[in-house]
Amino acid sequence: MASIPFIPEYTVEIYLNERHTVASWLLTKDHKRIAVLFMISITILFAIGGSAAVIMRLQLLTPHSTLVEAETYNKLFTLHGVVMVFFFLVPSIPATLGNFLVPLMIGARDLAFPRLNLASWYLYISGSTLALTSLILGGVDTGWTFYTPYSSTFSNTHVILAITGVFIVGFSSIFTGLNFIVTIHKMRCPGMTWFRLPLFIWSMYATSIIFVLATPVLAITLALVALERILGVGIFDPALGGDPILFQHLFWFYSHPAVYIMILPGMGVISELITCYSRKSPFGYVFIAMSSLAIAVLGFLVWAHHMFVAGISIYGGLVFSMLSFLVAIPSAIKVFNWTSTLYKGSIQLDTPMLYALGFIGLFTIGGLTGLFLATLGVDMHVHDTYFVIAHFHYIMVGGAVMAYMGGLHFWWPKITGKLYPEVWGRVAAAILFLGFNLTFFPQFILGYLGMPRRYYAYAPEFQVYNVMSSCGASILAIGYLLPFAYLLWSLKYGKPAGNNPFKAAGLEWTTASPPPKHNFLKTPIAGEPYAYHEMDFSDV
Amino acid sequence: MSELVAEQFDDLAQQTEADTLGMWAFLATEVLFFGAMICGYCVYRLLYFTAWHRGSLVCDNFRWLGVGSGGWNTAVLLTSSLTVAIGVRAAQLGHNRTLSLMLSLTLILGIAFLAIKAAEYTHEYHEGVVPGYGVFHPDDEISADLRRDAARSHMSEVVLRRQFQLFWVFYFFMTGVHALHMLVGIGLFTWLLMETRRGRFTPQKHAPVELMGLYWHFVDLVWIFLLPLLYLVR
Repeated sequence: MASIPFIPEYTVEIYLNERHTVASWLLTKDHKRIAVLFMISITILFAIGGSAAVIMRLQLLTPHSTLVEAETYNKLFTLHGVVMVFFFLVPSIPATLGNFLVPLMIGARDLAFPRLNLASWYLYISGSTLALTSLILGGVDTGWTFYTPYSSTFSNTHVILAITGVFIVGFSSIFTGLNFIVTIHKMRCPGMTWFRLPLFIWSMYATSIIFVLATPVLAITLALVALERILGVGIFDPALGGDPILFQHLFWFYSHPAVYIMILPGMGVISELITCYSRKSPFGYVFIAMSSLAIAVLGFLVWAHHMFVAGISIYGGLVFSMLSFLVAIPSAIKVFNWTSTLYKGSIQLDTPMLYALGFIGLFTIGGLTGLFLATLGVDMHVHDTYFVIAHFHYIMVGGAVMAYMGGLHFWWPKITGKLYPEVWGRVAAAILFLGFNLTFFPQFILGYLGMPRRYYAYAPEFQVYNVMSSCGASILAIGYLLPFAYLLWSLKYGKPAGNNPFKAAGLEWTTASPPPKHNFLKTPIAGEPYAYHEMDFSDV
Repeated sequence: MSELVAEQFDDLAQQTEADTLGMWAFLATEVLFFGAMICGYCVYRLLYFTAWHRGSLVCDNFRWLGVGSGGWNTAVLLTSSLTVAIGVRAAQLGHNRTLSLMLSLTLILGIAFLAIKAAEYTHEYHEGVVPGYGVFHPDDEISADLRRDAARSHMSEVVLRRQFQLFWVFYFFMTGVHALHMLVGIGLFTWLLMETRRGRFTPQKHAPVELMGLYWHFVDLVWIFLLPLLYLVR
């Protein structure tokens, strides 16, 4: 029997030691094992996307070309964007933590469609393999947005291969979303009413709606680009009678909601962390839950704010500008409710809580600068500059990735049965926070001063900020390597976690860590969520 | 009982409800899938009115007994939806012979639809309207029409032909993806027919029949949108 390294020994029967063969993992229908498969895969892809960013930051240490050629640089930022957006951020929390936790949190034995769940992982693997093949063959230089007509007519790189990869991975998302929607609707345990659902589940539900409704539009759009490239007919190329603006409309109809695919799960994680580490039920549960749905719905109505300078009408611009401002309302509701939850709580600054507090600060900066960009006049000035880069990295890295890291630490004992080393956890969280801000805050200034994105060289007066940013990036890299090292270490040497090491509320903490194959030995009965006021913390 | 219900479900009712909701959620995805194409179609229809008007006329001129291929296909497909609906009812009542018959009829009608479509594609190939570099060269009659259209609307003939080609890109893409859905449906109906022959469906458990019914009606509904958009709009 081939056994898999890094899997620690367990004395009781749990999902990890139920069977040991490689086939039992590759053909598993257990949502927990599929979550682990996804976790390994997205970590690899994250490392690849991150390496591209490291080379870019090294190149930008000096104003002129020193390390890579202009074309290589184009391929690097395309690789970084495509991998990080489609193969890391979109599946990150839903496919790993979501896959693991959705059935556990609602007291179900598995997702509604386990086979579809496994298919979703295989689609992910096929899609990422294709995208990485295009990298090995020489890369793609279109930017992650695949803007036409460059991508359809002019680029001489492996666009079709990359597009096919993204097309396939889209179906992986659709299947995950479909599975979550059905599971949350139909498989809640007795007592688990809609308004007793953990807030993480509400955010997963909102995310799934976007998965199901937005992703097919991207699929069709990319298929049309491929068709234009293969047949040489004009769908989006104006020289052949097509309309490039239509491509941008269709692309952003998916890709703006996709931003909320990335941030909504993070918000769900933060809601769980804040309540646990302030030992309080959330302030305004219904408002937090409904603001997730509001963000999902509003997210479909704001796409053209990416196109203010692309030649859309001024009235269209006005409407999309105002609708974009509306997204600030549910986002702010969440931020205010989290901070109100902290008020008079018994706050404990453990690693996950450090990530959660970091998230709130960074998300606020990212969100507020989003309002600058939604303003027509300001956007004219900072469009396609580093200001935009800084803004969306505050949301995606400062928000989504921080939340993923926080959630990974929080549920690590549940997933593996082992405790991570707390001191190292806090050190890494602090390093990540510092490194992140040093990397991306200078980029706001760079963008405001006018440095455009996607260039391999820049004017010498921008060098100070670029050096700061590159230094920050190296600190950030340490901040990612550290958890990677100690989390792996903890698999072998970590202390056993016990069912509920953090004294958290929620059904997932009532079962063993790691959970048995069918999650619960007996179907649980759900009471009020977040019943922290009923719990005894005298020994903490 | 345990054989009927997958291990993640409590009982058959829960499983059936979950399966049904899953199919509806999948169809929601499909709506947006076709919706994006229809959106693109509408944009170009408005932008390139003259060329696309000619496109619809050419599209509708493949006729048999005075009725266009679009009309024939609509009749075939709507009838197949009827046979599916009767089949679902038969499954609910446990009338397995009727179910087999209806599934077979549906298969025949589905294949008939694709046969008509194939004949139409062949006809269009000979007219030279299949888009693509080196393939697209409309025959003399269509070229003469296009020249007249260009003169009447004071447009360059080259530009008009390009827009006319774009109509055919959308025509083949939309009907092609629809036909692909038909093919998948035919494959699944064949499987259903085999399962029925083996006596796998009972009045208590026949969710696959119901779900395939939903799917087939959806594919039918897509055609109901494609027909006026491609063939009937003037």
